[in-house]
Amino acid sequence: MKSALKKTSYLLGLSLLSAHLQAETLVVLAERIYTQAGPVIEAGVIVVEDGKIRQVGRQGQLRLPAGAKTLQAAVVTPGLIDARTVVGLAGYLNQPHDQDQLETSAAMQPQLRALDAFNSRERLVDWVRSLGVTTFHTGHGPGALISGQTMVRKSHGNHVDDGMMQPLAMIAAQLGPGAFGAENRSPGTRSKQIAMLRQQLIKAQEYQQKQQQAEEGKAPSRDLELEALVGVLDGSTPLLITAYREQDMQSALRIAEEFGIRIVLDGAAEAYLMLDAIKAAQVPVILHPTMARQFGELENASFTTAQKLHQAGIPFALQSGYERYVPKTRVVLWEAAMAAAYGLPYEVALASITIDAARILGIDERVGSIAVGKDADLVLYTGDPFEYTTQVSQVIINGQLVSTEAH
Amino acid sequence: MRKSVVLLLGCLAGSLHAQPGPQAFVGATLLPIDGPAISNGTLLVQDGRIRAIGANVPIPAAATVHRMDGKVIMPGLVDTHSHIGQVAGADSSAPIQADVRALDSINSRHAGLMKAKAGGITTVNVMPGSGHLLSGQTNYLKLRNASTVEALAIRTESGAMAGGIKMANGTNPLRASPFPGTRGKAAALMRAQLVAAKEYCDKKDSDTPPPRNIGHDALCEVFAGERIVHHHTHRHDDVLTVLRLADEFNFRVVLHHVSEGALVADAIAKAGVAASIIHIDSPGGKLEVMNLLPDNGKVLADAGVLLAYHTDDPITDSRLFLRSAAMGVRFGLDRETALRSVTLNGAKMLDLQDRVGSLTVGKDADFIVLSGDPLSVYTRVEQTWVEGEKVFDLADPEQALFATGGYGAGRDQVASDVLQLEAAQ
Repeated sequence: MKSALKKTSYLLGLSLLSAHLQAETLVVLAERIYTQAGPVIEAGVIVVEDGKIRQVGRQGQLRLPAGAKTLQAAVVTPGLIDARTVVGLAGYLNQPHDQDQLETSAAMQPQLRALDAFNSRERLVDWVRSLGVTTFHTGHGPGALISGQTMVRKSHGNHVDDGMMQPLAMIAAQLGPGAFGAENRSPGTRSKQIAMLRQQLIKAQEYQQKQQQAEEGKAPSRDLELEALVGVLDGSTPLLITAYREQDMQSALRIAEEFGIRIVLDGAAEAYLMLDAIKAAQVPVILHPTMARQFGELENASFTTAQKLHQAGIPFALQSGYERYVPKTRVVLWEAAMAAAYGLPYEVALASITIDAARILGIDERVGSIAVGKDADLVLYTGDPFEYTTQVSQVIINGQLVSTEAH
Repeated sequence: MRKSVVLLLGCLAGSLHAQPGPQAFVGATLLPIDGPAISNGTLLVQDGRIRAIGANVPIPAAATVHRMDGKVIMPGLVDTHSHIGQVAGADSSAPIQADVRALDSINSRHAGLMKAKAGGITTVNVMPGSGHLLSGQTNYLKLRNASTVEALAIRTESGAMAGGIKMANGTNPLRASPFPGTRGKAAALMRAQLVAAKEYCDKKDSDTPPPRNIGHDALCEVFAGERIVHHHTHRHDDVLTVLRLADEFNFRVVLHHVSEGALVADAIAKAGVAASIIHIDSPGGKLEVMNLLPDNGKVLADAGVLLAYHTDDPITDSRLFLRSAAMGVRFGLDRETALRSVTLNGAKMLDLQDRVGSLTVGKDADFIVLSGDPLSVYTRVEQTWVEGEKVFDLADPEQALFATGGYGAGRDQVASDVLQLEAAQ
C-alpha cells in the first residue's frame, strides 16, 4: 500500500513537475519553526521526501532518515505566497517588449489568459523567489475595467506549466480613475465604468442562458469574452476588483450583490472606512502593499490598514501589487514586515503571506503551512524573518533547493 | 545694507524657534555618530545648540529635564535628495535652466514636510527633477516649525539661502529638441554652457562687466566652490562623464543614485567624489537601473567612497528613510557606515558638517528620539527636534496621522509629479 502510494506520487511528479525527480530527502533543523498550522516549534525539525513534508516536530523526538542532506536555519517559515502580483507578465526592464500585464485596446478583455504571457525566466521571478516567494498569484494588472485573467503558480520551473496550480485563478477588474480609458475613450467616469460592467455581465447572463437552453448541437457560437464572464457568473472564477477609494469599493460590493458573484477586493486603501460593509458582504481583501506610495487614489492609505482588517475579522492577504516604475516589483516579505511593525500581530502578518493568502486563493490544501503531506515549500532565514537585517538564506520548492544565495 | 537686513531677519527667526532655557535629555542611549555610543547618557541643549553630551554631564538647576529611559537618541537625519514640498524647477523650454530656483516653487505647508519630520529627517536638500541637464538651484532646508521657505532655509554665513544646483545625465534628460537626443550631445550642451558661464564669471568683476545673467550667476557660485553640483547619474559611463566634466571645469560634485557605481567604484574613489545612493526593493524599472544591486552601498563604501543614502521622496518614503540604511546592512554594509550614511556623510555632501549630522557640542540641536535600534523594522521615530524645538511628536494623534497615513494624511501629494514625469519617459 505504502509503495503503491509512493508510486502514484512518483508518477504525478513525473507528469506535473520533472523537477520532482531531483528532489532529495532533506532534513531541515531550525531554532524556530513558524508552521502556520499550529504553535511555533522551538528547536524543530522538518523531514522532506519526494517533494512533500513527511514529518514535523521537535528535534530529538522524530526518527530522521539516515544519510539525508541536512540544512540549518535560525527560523523557517512556509514558502511565501504573494496574493497578487504581475511578475512574469511585467518584466524588470520596463520596456514595451516585457510589459504584458495590460492591453489597452479595449476596456474589457476577460478572455486574455495569463499563461499565454508568463515569462518564467523573468529576472523579477528569480528576485522574489530568492526572497522567499514560492507561490504567486500573477497575471493581468490593474489599469482597465477588465484587464484579463490571472493564474496561480509556483515560482520555480522554466516552462509555464511547471508548478502551475491554477491556470485561471481570477478575472482582474478595476474601478476608479486608474481604469479610465486613455484619450477620451470610455470609460471616462465612475458611472460609465459601472454601466459598462453591468451591461457586459447582463450580456454574459444571456449568453449563459442560451448555452444552457440550446438543444444538442445547436448551441450558439462560442464567444471567448462572454465565456470567461460566465465563469464569474457561475461562481467558478472570482472577480478580482481593484478599488482604492471607499466609493469604488462600495460600487464593487453593489455589483457583487446585484449579480450574486464572488468578488475579492484588491487594493482597498480606504477599507478602514467601511469595515462593517466589507465584513457583512463576506468579501476577502487582498490589501495594497503596506509601503505603497500614499498619494493619488492612495492618498488616504495607511500603514495600519492590515491591522484594522484583522481586528474586524475580515479575511485578508498582502501582496506585492503592480508598480509602473521603481521598484518594478515589491517584495511581500518586506510588506508584511512593515504591517507587523505597525501593529499587525506577528503571526497574523506571517499568515497574510502564507496560509491566509492560500485560503483566499483556494490552494491551502497544498501550500501555506508546514504540515505533513503538504508541498515542501520552505523558507530559511538567518533570524527574525521580518527584521531588515535578517537574510533569507535558502528557499525550497517542492522539496528542491531553488535558492541558496543569501538575500 | 540689504545683506545685513537679511541677516537680522535670519537671527530673529532663529531666536523665535529656540527654547529659552537649557534642556536636558536624560537616560537614553546616545548615538553621537562621530564617537562611540553612550549608554544612559545626557544630552544638554540650549539656544538651539548642543551644549554637552556624555555619561556624566552635570545638569544645570534651571534645565528642563526630559526623561528618555530606554530610548535611543541620534542626530536628525540628513536627506541629500528629496522632492517634498511640491517642488518644481525648470520647465520644458530648455534643457539647461540655471536661473530657476527650487525655493520659488516649494509649498512649505505640504504634507510631505510633515511626513519627513515623522521619519526623523531634519535637514533636507529639496531639488527639482532629473528631466533636464540642469533643472535649477536646490534648497537646503531645516524642517523647523515654520511655514515660509525663508524660515525653513538654512543660511550661509552671508545670510543667503544655502543650496546646490541640480544636474542630470543619462536617459531622463534625453528628449525632443531643444533637449539632447544622445549622451554625446548632452555632454556637449553642458560643456558649452559651462564655457559661456566661465567667460561671464571671469568678466563679472572687471571694469566692463557683462549684463547680469542670473543663471550664470548661479554657475559662478559653482565655479567658486560655494554651490555644490548634485548630479543625477545611473550608468557607469554616465558616472565617468560627470567625473570628466567636474575635472574639466573644476566644480565640486556629489553623484546621486549612481546605480552602476559598483562598476566604477575605484574611479569614483580616486576622484574623491561622494556618492548619494538610493535603496530600491527590486532591480530594474527602467533600462539604466537594470544593474542596480542592493549591495551598491557596500561596494562603494569598501572602495573608500563617501557614502550617503537619500529618499528621492516620492520614490522612497521619507518616513522610511532609516530603512534604506538598514537594507544596506542587510546587503553587506557595516552598521557604522550605514548610520553615517543618513547623518554625517549626508551633511558633508551639503557642506553642513560643521552644523548638523552628529551629536557634537556646538552643533545644532537636531536629533531624533527612537523607540529602539535605528536599524530595526520595529523601531519608531517618537520625536524629532530641530534646533532645540520639538517638530514632531508621535504621541500627538494629529501628528501621528502623518506618521502612519490615514484619512486626510495625504492631501494628494503632487510630489508625484516627479514620479510621473520620470515614469513617462
